[in-house]
Amino acid sequence: MATPFYSLFTYRIFDKFLMILFLSYVTNSTASNWNTPYSEEQVRSATLFSAFSQSPKHLDPVVSYNSNEWAVLSQVYEPPLQYHYLKRPYTLEPLTLQKMPDIRYLDKNHHPVSSNSSNIAFTEYLFTLKEGIQFHLHPAFAKDSKGAFLYHQLDEQAVHSIKSVMDFTHQTSRELLAEDYVYALKRMALRQNHSPILDSMMQYIVGFKAFSDLVTEQYKTALQAEDKRVQTLYFDLNQFEISGVQVVDKYRYKITIKEKYPQFLYWLTMNFFAPIPWEAEAFYKQAVLVEKNITLDTTPIGTGPYQLVENNPNKRMRLLANANYRVELYPSDGLAEGADPALLLDAGKPLPFVKEVIYSLEKESVPLWNKFLQGYYDASGVSSDSFDQAVSVSSSGAMNLTDEFKEKGIQFLNMTQPTIIYFGFNMADPVVGGYTEKQKKLRQALSIAINFEEYISIFLNGRGELAQGPIPPGIFGYTEGEPGINRVIFDWKAGRIQRKPLAKAKQLLAEAGYPNGIGEDGKPLTLHYDTAATGPDSQSMLNWYRKQFAQLGVELVIRSTDYNRFQDKVRKAKVQMFSWGWNADYPDPENFLFLLNGANATIHTNGSGINSANYDNPEFNRLFQQMKTMENTPERFEIIQQMLKIAQEDAPWAWGYYPKSLSLYHSWLHNVWPNPLANNTIKYRRIDVNERLEKQAEWNQPVMWPFVVVILLIIGSIYPLMRAYRQRQTAVVISNKQDKV
Amino acid sequence: MFEYIVKRLLFAVPILIGVNVITFSLFFMVNTPDDMARAQLGAKQTTPEMIQSWKVENGYDKPLFFNGDASGLDKIQHTLFVQESLKLFAFDFGQSDSGRQISADIQERMGPSLAIALPTFIIGLVTNIALALLIVLFRGSRLDTITMMVAVAIMSVSGLFYIIAGQVLFSKTWHWVPISGYAEGWEGIKFLILPVLIGVFAGIGAGMRWYRSIFLEEMSKDYVRTAKAKGLTDIKVLFGHVLHNGMLPILTGVVVVIPTLFMGSLIMESFFGIPGLGSYTIDAINAQDFGIVKAMVFLGSVLYIIGLILTDISYTLFDPRVKLS
Repeated sequence: MATPFYSLFTYRIFDKFLMILFLSYVTNSTASNWNTPYSEEQVRSATLFSAFSQSPKHLDPVVSYNSNEWAVLSQVYEPPLQYHYLKRPYTLEPLTLQKMPDIRYLDKNHHPVSSNSSNIAFTEYLFTLKEGIQFHLHPAFAKDSKGAFLYHQLDEQAVHSIKSVMDFTHQTSRELLAEDYVYALKRMALRQNHSPILDSMMQYIVGFKAFSDLVTEQYKTALQAEDKRVQTLYFDLNQFEISGVQVVDKYRYKITIKEKYPQFLYWLTMNFFAPIPWEAEAFYKQAVLVEKNITLDTTPIGTGPYQLVENNPNKRMRLLANANYRVELYPSDGLAEGADPALLLDAGKPLPFVKEVIYSLEKESVPLWNKFLQGYYDASGVSSDSFDQAVSVSSSGAMNLTDEFKEKGIQFLNMTQPTIIYFGFNMADPVVGGYTEKQKKLRQALSIAINFEEYISIFLNGRGELAQGPIPPGIFGYTEGEPGINRVIFDWKAGRIQRKPLAKAKQLLAEAGYPNGIGEDGKPLTLHYDTAATGPDSQSMLNWYRKQFAQLGVELVIRSTDYNRFQDKVRKAKVQMFSWGWNADYPDPENFLFLLNGANATIHTNGSGINSANYDNPEFNRLFQQMKTMENTPERFEIIQQMLKIAQEDAPWAWGYYPKSLSLYHSWLHNVWPNPLANNTIKYRRIDVNERLEKQAEWNQPVMWPFVVVILLIIGSIYPLMRAYRQRQTAVVISNKQDKV
Repeated sequence: MFEYIVKRLLFAVPILIGVNVITFSLFFMVNTPDDMARAQLGAKQTTPEMIQSWKVENGYDKPLFFNGDASGLDKIQHTLFVQESLKLFAFDFGQSDSGRQISADIQERMGPSLAIALPTFIIGLVTNIALALLIVLFRGSRLDTITMMVAVAIMSVSGLFYIIAGQVLFSKTWHWVPISGYAEGWEGIKFLILPVLIGVFAGIGAGMRWYRSIFLEEMSKDYVRTAKAKGLTDIKVLFGHVLHNGMLPILTGVVVVIPTLFMGSLIMESFFGIPGLGSYTIDAINAQDFGIVKAMVFLGSVLYIIGLILTDISYTLFDPRVKLS
């Protein structure tokens, strides 16, 4: 007997749903929740789940200079120094060193002089390493019984089944030596490695330029002779020496720099100065590995608390706790004022607490945010789209979590970044630039008119702090409250900062020769704002700028272009006004004030300077030179205040704002403390796995009723369909029209 | 047929050269090698020495199409265009400007792209054809009218809406599947269910309408009337005759896209965290990575040409009257 059509249909639908149910069961049976993106083993272990939105391009420590890359690299590599996790102001401490470097000041004849001598020609740093620090387990170190390297002569066959360095059978380690730090400096000097700080370091390290020129030329010759690319030609840098860098013994090395440059120590917290074993470079330069994207640029090898065991920049990066990690303890002191005392609960315990870190690629904010809310990411930032859901802002501007988030136990940290976003005037421009009284007054008037309080409120949801000068909070030289305000733009009234009235701006504009925005030629003053903001989202922001200028009767013309052209125009000083920003490299005022130092002006440096406003005030420059190499003393503070006053008066920038970062984290994540200058902070984090499991289970119970409704709807529609079909098949033809049956 | 395929492949060579000329011209019209160097070096302060060194190492110090400093044939040969294009024709994609091996990246990303594209394509095709046949079965009825209205509505809504709505509904609200992610093997199925479902659903409107019109056209032909006059039921007519005869126009649109399935889907992969090829080209354009751009444009062109040849071949399989010559 033939199976009725509707029966077949019904069975097929059931088959499909049973299959889905079955697959769901099979695929999810290993984990507690259906919608978990992780395996049960991962969620039940002390694994930190995080995300990245931009694929890292470089993981070679001498090349990488990007925050998303450093987020990973800094867990793997260990430069000699680090920032104390808790202390404020930011304080340096030894990382792989036994103690802070010994510093000697020398005159031009290399005789020791005192730190405040005017004859300082060189500064010598002596670094003494802790003994017994081990590199991660790695095939580059593996040797056979005769002492020959096992994997330094690989061929196609040997790497046939190799997909990552973890696939090699033999993985060994060796002790960290002073020569590994020196080797890293030598790699930095090789121009073909494209280290972004090579030219900066040439100015400081004795003999670095000569060494760089020598090895770069030698390497170039070797590349031509062997007809190879940089990626595949190993070059023994140990056959050359840098005159200012010496290995003293197994655990000590010395760096000599020109003159006095106290900020040099801050550079030593960066990954550029992390140790590289020569064996790693020899190993990774093998063509058969390069073809598989197994290079030092993709697979770092360090001494840090974590080892990168998986690097798929398009999917996931996975760090595993370093089994060879030395004993490093959680800090026992230095809790900053106002910080949560619970931050010291783990004092004195060995690091790291988290055993595995999984970074997943999330290019879009919607899945990232929802996964955080489901408990599948341990921490998250807050995008503008999600701001209102997460944060409520009181009338006084104070930020708090919404009730929904408080109920979930979510915590939040809100801190001002050591960053400035500024609105710059091109001081070389004949209209907005210049140093005459009239030109100054024009810039001052515009600075008053551009209401950055409003900007922060409208476009940043209040996530910004008004800038009073180039130095952000937390950096020496910044002054809070009334003494620190920019008197050119603001007044201090009733205990709070207040922008000068628009009438003052109009008065200054008139004194500048533009009464009501009208120039001497009787035409309205027209100014140009160059920007790389071209998308539809930027239009409201650009209109806002137009409105600010229109308040003074000044017409603002927006010149939008792509980022390449914009950069090019700034470099060639072909802009009139522009916006730009600067993130601190290190917590020293020099790192911000040099943005206004005349010697760094783009027009004086063939476009490579960082003083994009081309500000060049001789008195400011003189004070900068004086302040640059000083220790953080009251005298230095006084000089900085003088410099700020000069700059505020000249108004080469309309100053802008210091952005605030808002980060959310779940209650099971502990020891979270913002330290924007330190990147190696994952080792301090601790996770309460049981609490996470409970919350994830509670928040992610599958809702089954929609499933049942869909099935019923499908079943319910079968009978009417069958009836209609039968009616059509048995209908009597009532006309001779073809399609009416 | 062999002669025909060889001829088509030879015709492809000038097409690919043309594609390369356009790619090289357009890219360097927008980006200069100096801009590319700055983007790749990522330094806060980029010195002329750094830029020059990067350009020399990556071959961007050469002129684009004509080397005035060279002599004889080298004027053409020692150019960026010839040196890079020749490698492409040997399917040597070289390395990206950031130093990664492009072939290895493509191999790694192709699998995840196919993991979404292939089931979406097959399930979508079967679903669309099945629904179109069902609608044709009830043509002229209220079901036909309502379904067509729904189809137009589905077509009118942006695919992005389905993705976000699907993620919110199935993962955030009902907690059935993960919002995004990817895993290899059986573990990966839970990550594929939602994107495949959404991909199939988003394509139903257009697909169903298109196949319906094809089948309706077939239904009006004489052989259908003859079949009905013989007493065959509508189902037998549809599945026994109309479906087979309707396959030729369906193939025109379907076979040509099969090779390009490897290239992935930009939005779908971005939202679902699928590590495929979908965003490879766009990311490279944003990063000014010409190594990847030229390789992917070339590969896309090759796959499209293969798709067209496969379409021609498939005609002969479904319609014996078609001969390739």
